Amino acid sequence: MSAIILFMAVIAVIIGWWLAQQRLTAKPWLEEGSIDRFPGTGAMTLPAAKIGLGVFLAVASSLFALFMSAYSMRMNMVDWRALPVPGLLWFNTGVLVVSSVALQWAYVAARRNSMDGVIVGLCAGGASAVIFLVGQLLAWQQLRAAGYFVASNPANSFFYMITAAHGLHLMGGLVALGRTTAKVWRGAEMPQVRLSVELCTIYWHFLLLVWLVLLGLLTGWTDDFVDICRRLLS
Amino acid sequence: MVDVPYDRIADVPPAEVPEVELYHPKSWWTQYVFSQDAKVIAIQYSLTATAIGLVALVLSWLMRLQLGFPGTFSFIDANQYLQFITMHGMIMVIYLLTALFLGGFGNYLIPLMVGARDMVFPYVNMLSYWVYLLAVLVLASTFFVPGGPTGAGWTLYPPQAILSGTPGQDWGIILMLSSLILFIIGFTMGGLNYVVTVLQARTRGMTLMRMPLTVWGIFTATVMALLAFPALFVASVMMLFDRVLGTSFFMPALVEMGQQMKYGGGSPILFQHLFWFFGHPEVYIVALPAFGIVSDLISTHARKNIFGYRMMVWAIVAIGALSFIVWAHHMYVSGMHPHFGFFFATTTLIIAIPTAIKVYNWVLTLWRGDIHLTVPMLFALGFIITFVNGGLTGLFLGNVVVDVPLSDTMFVVAHFHMVMGVAPIMVVLGAIYHWYPKVTGRMLDDWMGKFHFWVTFLGAYLIFFPMHYIGLLGVPRRYHEIGEAAFIPSSTHTLNAFITVMALMVGFAQMVFLFNLVWSYFKGRPSGGNPWRATTLEWQTPETPPGHGNWGKELPVVYRWAYDYSVPGAEQDFIPQNQPPRPTRAVQEAAP
Repeated sequence: MSAIILFMAVIAVIIGWWLAQQRLTAKPWLEEGSIDRFPGTGAMTLPAAKIGLGVFLAVASSLFALFMSAYSMRMNMVDWRALPVPGLLWFNTGVLVVSSVALQWAYVAARRNSMDGVIVGLCAGGASAVIFLVGQLLAWQQLRAAGYFVASNPANSFFYMITAAHGLHLMGGLVALGRTTAKVWRGAEMPQVRLSVELCTIYWHFLLLVWLVLLGLLTGWTDDFVDICRRLLS
Repeated sequence: MVDVPYDRIADVPPAEVPEVELYHPKSWWTQYVFSQDAKVIAIQYSLTATAIGLVALVLSWLMRLQLGFPGTFSFIDANQYLQFITMHGMIMVIYLLTALFLGGFGNYLIPLMVGARDMVFPYVNMLSYWVYLLAVLVLASTFFVPGGPTGAGWTLYPPQAILSGTPGQDWGIILMLSSLILFIIGFTMGGLNYVVTVLQARTRGMTLMRMPLTVWGIFTATVMALLAFPALFVASVMMLFDRVLGTSFFMPALVEMGQQMKYGGGSPILFQHLFWFFGHPEVYIVALPAFGIVSDLISTHARKNIFGYRMMVWAIVAIGALSFIVWAHHMYVSGMHPHFGFFFATTTLIIAIPTAIKVYNWVLTLWRGDIHLTVPMLFALGFIITFVNGGLTGLFLGNVVVDVPLSDTMFVVAHFHMVMGVAPIMVVLGAIYHWYPKVTGRMLDDWMGKFHFWVTFLGAYLIFFPMHYIGLLGVPRRYHEIGEAAFIPSSTHTLNAFITVMALMVGFAQMVFLFNLVWSYFKGRPSGGNPWRATTLEWQTPETPPGHGNWGKELPVVYRWAYDYSVPGAEQDFIPQNQPPRPTRAVQEAAP
């Protein structure tokens, strides 16, 4: 459970930092009247959708941290046989990086008011995300063809389950991306799409980050790192 | 509102809040069925939760009939008994209490109490309810599938949950896990709304430290639920894999009916870790909204400001944080390392500190208050007593050496029913009596309410106090019949029959309550906008029940905290949060 505990500690620090700025030591029974004397204690001025995405990312991170916790606990059992990582995953990772970069491109273009750049970025990002998903399916098929079935070893089970969870999150992102692209397609003005593009970009970077961590976990890179941590702790 | 001259220092001009784009329903369907209005969604959540809760109530009757009069009811066999306890527990904890506190009260009260027009993502909010309804329907459908619902116990421990000796192994467990997954998806949609609405849509002047404790409780509980439910999600998905695809996440090598099963090497303890990483915060996900609501009920009906508001807020946050590092106290008998047991016993006992602070503050709020023994107040008082009772037996079970012999006995059943069954239900009922006038514009009948309270309160004690004793004798839980054993005196059987009669009576009192809800909706005394003379914003709406968009043209501006009751020198014994301060003498003199 160390991954999830670590994650919860990070969340606790963030919440604590935010709460520390909210005058939790105020004595509200003595402070009637306007709050203009205490700037920064009112409601957040960020757009609701952006805060909402932030909260959702925390939930999704919690989910993946729990998958990782389960993974690291299960892999210590004797029947664990690590599975060979298909070379295709490296290609997929590259495609996902391209996807993220394309969306960053769209985001920068949106800030510069260049609608053409936004369209190019959104389409390139969406297309490469779809390629990534197809690539993941192909990787599954390669594993299946090589005899690594979902139930034959827990390492395989985790591989299929975790990549599926990540893929489903990406598919959810594609729905949002599709809606944004449709908005642009119908000729929406830049102020109406800027926020959507930004949110998609944040989400894509998040999913890239999650994928890199998962890849490290699934390929066994993080084992050494975990070993070092364990030795430091004990 | 009192006519107060304009004060240049203390007052602020009405906030220029940009009108949010409210969704305006165009037809009866979008107004009452596929509604995006948080108030309608709240009522939908509450009605659905109550409906499935009634199923759980009937199940508890059937269980008690079997325990009280074993062998009398031929239609209840051992398998069905297990199915009844499983469904009763799961429904009550998740589909009733969690949904009612967060989906019901959260949806209704958060926007009104923080001065917002609606939740920030109304469409997602609507989806949240419909996914919840789907989850409830999937759960209910397990009663009708071949093999019936799962009988694995509400904790669904593997390996037995998916072995053929457990009833509901065919479809019951699959649908149960699917329903939980749906519930969590639906809850996440709602939870995002509750959190972001509190963060972003508070009206002008509503600082965090001016929020009513109800909002604090629901807000903190939602944050916890958003972080904890993924653990149940992961556990459910993994067990679904084990059951459907034949993986071995949780399943060790087993021989079943003389056959070697295809599973091997899995860890049932892994499931327990994941389940309780959700399961213990879940206790506080139910308790924190109850803590918040009961603070407001006590303050309003004792006409006194809440004692130690800051401490109450800090305690809520502290309990929320601590509840994530106590989960393994549910696993003392799982064979874990004694050092872990020591650690988790320590953190468990530390939680008693913020919790005790809250209890003291409630009692000190009552001290020398102008206590009105209204029905909501009776339920609030009932909550405090019950919670203290349940909390004290929690100290027994939190200690490893005391827990080990008591583990899996009826003592545990009595403990958690007191602390997270009866106590939160007391708050739910009190809160319904308190806010029903705002929701419908009519008061609930007082006589029926008092009858309901006394039967429920006394009945609950007559049910669960003897159950502690039965547990101390060593009677195990989850046994459909205890039979004749040397360590069980025959008086236990009499006690069991007594408990059953009491359970039937308490259940009957709930029928009176339901009748009251319906009867008062048509015949109740009109309540007016603020029958309890309360300070918080939901009572200051221009219409009762609040109209679409909650507030009239302008959002309210908040000038004070939520607990200005019996302020010396004030004209009334309460000052609404949106009432501007009186001009100070210095300002009056300085004015030309």
